[in-house]
Amino acid sequence: MAPTPAEARETIPTPAKISVELEINGASTELKVAPWTTLLDALREHLHLTGTKKGCDHGQCGACTVLVNGRRINSCMTLAVMRDGAKVTTVEGLAKNGELHPVQQAFIDHDAFQCGYCTPGQICSAVGLLAEGRAKSADEIRELMSGNICRCGAYPNIVAAIQQAMGQS
Amino acid sequence: MINFEYARATDVADAVRRKAADPDAKFIAGGTNLIDLMKFDVERPTRLIDITRLPLTQVEETADGGLRIGAMVPNTDLAYHPLIEQRYPMLSSAILAGASQQLRNMASTGGNLLQRTRCLYFYDVATPCNKRNPGSGCSAIDGHNRMHAILGASDACIATHPSDMCVALAALEAKVHVMGQSGERTIPMTDFHRLPGDKPETDTNLGPDEIITAIELPAQSFTKNYTYLKVRDRLSYAFALVSVAAALELDGDSIKDARLALGGVAHKPWRDTAAEGALKGQPANAETFSRAAETLLHDAKGYAHNTFKIDLARRAVIRGLTQAAQATPQSQSDKKIR
Repeated sequence: MAPTPAEARETIPTPAKISVELEINGASTELKVAPWTTLLDALREHLHLTGTKKGCDHGQCGACTVLVNGRRINSCMTLAVMRDGAKVTTVEGLAKNGELHPVQQAFIDHDAFQCGYCTPGQICSAVGLLAEGRAKSADEIRELMSGNICRCGAYPNIVAAIQQAMGQS
Repeated sequence: MINFEYARATDVADAVRRKAADPDAKFIAGGTNLIDLMKFDVERPTRLIDITRLPLTQVEETADGGLRIGAMVPNTDLAYHPLIEQRYPMLSSAILAGASQQLRNMASTGGNLLQRTRCLYFYDVATPCNKRNPGSGCSAIDGHNRMHAILGASDACIATHPSDMCVALAALEAKVHVMGQSGERTIPMTDFHRLPGDKPETDTNLGPDEIITAIELPAQSFTKNYTYLKVRDRLSYAFALVSVAAALELDGDSIKDARLALGGVAHKPWRDTAAEGALKGQPANAETFSRAAETLLHDAKGYAHNTFKIDLARRAVIRGLTQAAQATPQSQSDKKIR
């Protein structure tokens, strides 16, 4: 019996892996991935950079936030193959010469986390927010950080930490 | 997610050719909605055609004083573009009312138009849904329908279109430029999306081989008396229960021209020219605004859990028109509604 269209689609042979070149935290990296590998999975499963977290895997929680070409995005909602040639910064790439990034230091100074699971995403998002230069007031920080959920509820301290880092930048 | 093949389009004609050659292929731009739907097995393309590198990233002035926005301009770039902030502040405000900054950084202008409903039954492949699986029935009509349509729905589907940006585009009389195998054509924004009728699986009037290349804005831009007021369950990062794009051109206290479109209430951005007619030539006061709201909501119909949206929409329309008349547009960071 001929397969139904749905069955036919299920049986598509696995396409060949595709070569992707990424500059990750300053280092040029080549990897071969299946088309459906998200940038998040490429970072965590292929490159073992597990600082970037998988929370919801649906672009709702922000735990997977990384900087691509300097802009914060949800790495779970983009395919690695689409980002060929991009510069990616993850939480592992923020400290320089053994010195924490000012946002990382500010999160420690203000105790801006409890369990810490959302923290890499919060920090990368905050670094992106500072680069955008759009947020000035606490209201604006809250609004432009609304894509990062903290289920421990550390929000007041996160806002305070970002304000501190903003004062230094 | 099912297995799929990946290809990168080299130019617009190549994208159209590749799409026409494979009815199960989909374009991918920002990916913020499509990848989500693929992970839920709602969308099952066998091939993705990556259009992110197409040269559609310009915002250009048109000969008649408007703007032409490339389909690949990211939502953030559009919201913060100086010409948009200065001349179409309602559009900027509407974009910033939607999603999160991370998603806006990824999402494209064209893709925003093509995002699909967030009806929970559409997402839940274990339930019947006429939009996802034509003929299977609508689970929302007798189900959890708090977020659903109050205008223009059908017995087959009561889903809403989720976009904020599109509501402002409808109010601003934008046009959508598309390219297909038979060439280019232009679709008015208000005709781009369709009502569900008995074909809720079809969201738009875009042809299967067509790609959005640009959005065009006319010269008239409502820089002073406008608002985008979004009412939702959370202060940020939530879809609208009701949103209002309102723009007025005033001559003293008298309304010369008016635009009024609602989001969160129908299968498409709901622009109502009859309600706009009820505003034109009238004094800009509460009585006029109330009459416009009555006109707009005359045929509104609620279901078990969303009847409250009719009253909410009425009050939001009046509040939105008041904000527009007073030139006090809703802030998208300070959410106090004044």
